[in-house]
Amino acid sequence: MDITYWNAHEETLDKDALRELQLIRLRQTVGQALKTDFYKRRLNKVGISSGDDIKTLDDIRRIPFTTKDDLREAYPFAMLAIDLHDVIRLHTSSGTTGTPTVIYHSRSDIDNWTDLMARCIISTGVNRGDVFQNMTTYGLFTGGLGFHYGAERIGILVIPASSGKTNRQIMLMRDFGTTVVHATPSYLLHISSHINSGDIKRSDLKLQRAFLGAEPHSEETRKKIEELLGIDAYNSYGLSEMNGPGVAFECVYKNGMHVWEDAFFMEMIDPVSQEVIPDENEGEIVFTTLNRTATPLLRYRTRDLTSVMGGECPCGRKHRRIARIKGRSDDMLIINGVNIFPSQIEDVIMKIPEVGTNYQIVVDKHGALDKLTVKTELYSKIFNGDFSLLSNIKIKLQTMLRDTILVNPSIELHEPGGLPVSEGKAKRVFDNRPKM
Amino acid sequence: MTEQINIFVDNKPGRLSRITQILSENDINIRAIVINDREQFGIIKVLADNPKKAHHALSTSGFACALKQVLAVVVDDKPGGLHSLTQHLSDCGINIIDSYGFVIDSRKEAVLCIEVKEYEKTRKNLEDKGYRILASSELYEL
Repeated sequence: MDITYWNAHEETLDKDALRELQLIRLRQTVGQALKTDFYKRRLNKVGISSGDDIKTLDDIRRIPFTTKDDLREAYPFAMLAIDLHDVIRLHTSSGTTGTPTVIYHSRSDIDNWTDLMARCIISTGVNRGDVFQNMTTYGLFTGGLGFHYGAERIGILVIPASSGKTNRQIMLMRDFGTTVVHATPSYLLHISSHINSGDIKRSDLKLQRAFLGAEPHSEETRKKIEELLGIDAYNSYGLSEMNGPGVAFECVYKNGMHVWEDAFFMEMIDPVSQEVIPDENEGEIVFTTLNRTATPLLRYRTRDLTSVMGGECPCGRKHRRIARIKGRSDDMLIINGVNIFPSQIEDVIMKIPEVGTNYQIVVDKHGALDKLTVKTELYSKIFNGDFSLLSNIKIKLQTMLRDTILVNPSIELHEPGGLPVSEGKAKRVFDNRPKM
Repeated sequence: MTEQINIFVDNKPGRLSRITQILSENDINIRAIVINDREQFGIIKVLADNPKKAHHALSTSGFACALKQVLAVVVDDKPGGLHSLTQHLSDCGINIIDSYGFVIDSRKEAVLCIEVKEYEKTRKNLEDKGYRILASSELYEL
């Protein structure tokens, strides 16, 4: 098999050289983090006042973990390490309720991220003749722009189709001879059912590859997509706190995702004891950015659970590989590729006096796509006897939720006391989707 | 003035029987009952002899319910009896939000209960036109 690299030197660094580079970059990152209010306070507390206080890579364990709550608390500026004039882009978790989080990027941050994305795309065997259709949302969601920039840097033709509008997607694929797409696994399954039942047939398309992102999925789902569409599908891993996509990616051998360890220092921890654990054990991934200037993050707890894979990959890349993401150490839900916390939904429900405080969140599969239903109870005193009031409440709740979680839920309005009351810790989230 | 009780319910087995149970326990007589559903939920409308008591009994049992003014209009129980009323409302541009009817004296008199947006204006309009409009108490003296 022909192996091509984008940054051959960095991608094939041996273990010692990589560790040496990581130590240099970790010191720089700690120095950079100390320029922020948030980390200055936190690092000074543990006796770190300069990057030089980090003598070895193991010294990283002196640094406390950074969590999503820390990011919320630091919003909007407490983790910004450079002058705002030198920031060229930001990505923020949207939301009109609850506190959002923000990651800033300098020109060099975008440049490095773009290189990481180019590495990912090239590692699957894509070359200059390919046509890339990016089927994930552009805008504040990082998946759209991340892949777009990486593909443009390689110099392939990019179709910024964004998400949705399935018939148009298939038409674009046919008209411009799309050879590679980026989408969530659910959406690709959805597309494949349209291709097999619509006017445009598989034989009208030149599709060869897909990048599967934003949703954890099983090996069986990958195989199903590959069989249904007759393509190769590659797993993509990332998170908005670590730029977005471009953290780890499968190469042509599809045996685990190569983590770009020259850009991200990876530790595995036990999510309960928070102790660092041996590679082969399943645990939570913790990342430290190694070359980000605007928003350096130290020991960020991803909440993603997986394990590091042993052995070398025949592709020659030396960075460690991780297995598929097996779950979360928190209650985050992924609905059609969008990350949602039940607490965001609860915040909205508590702000609407027309509904009570008991609620349920139900996730089902509707064909290949996820369907989110939020069940609430009508607040009895508000009822005036009219249907128009009920439909207005539903619309209000739906609109506020959509603005907050960026997913359009179905709303069920039940009688006061119509939803089951659980004793003790209430079970409110019912994820009825078959395991992907 | 006639009041009906509108009760918000989940659209599932057992809800209507729960309502009739409560009304029966409180010795309330029902003149008419209508179910309007919107898939997952619905509104049950009850015309009862003692609307305030019924409303109290239902709301203390946990139901979201409201008293709603309706016009109980007497029409002739004969072909065209209902039509003359609806034609009149149509001519006046009055929109009916909801309606149901029942017979009170076979082949003589029937009642059409209507829900309208402008209650007072419609009541006056119908009375001026000579229609008899019943109060809750009258419904049970018929």
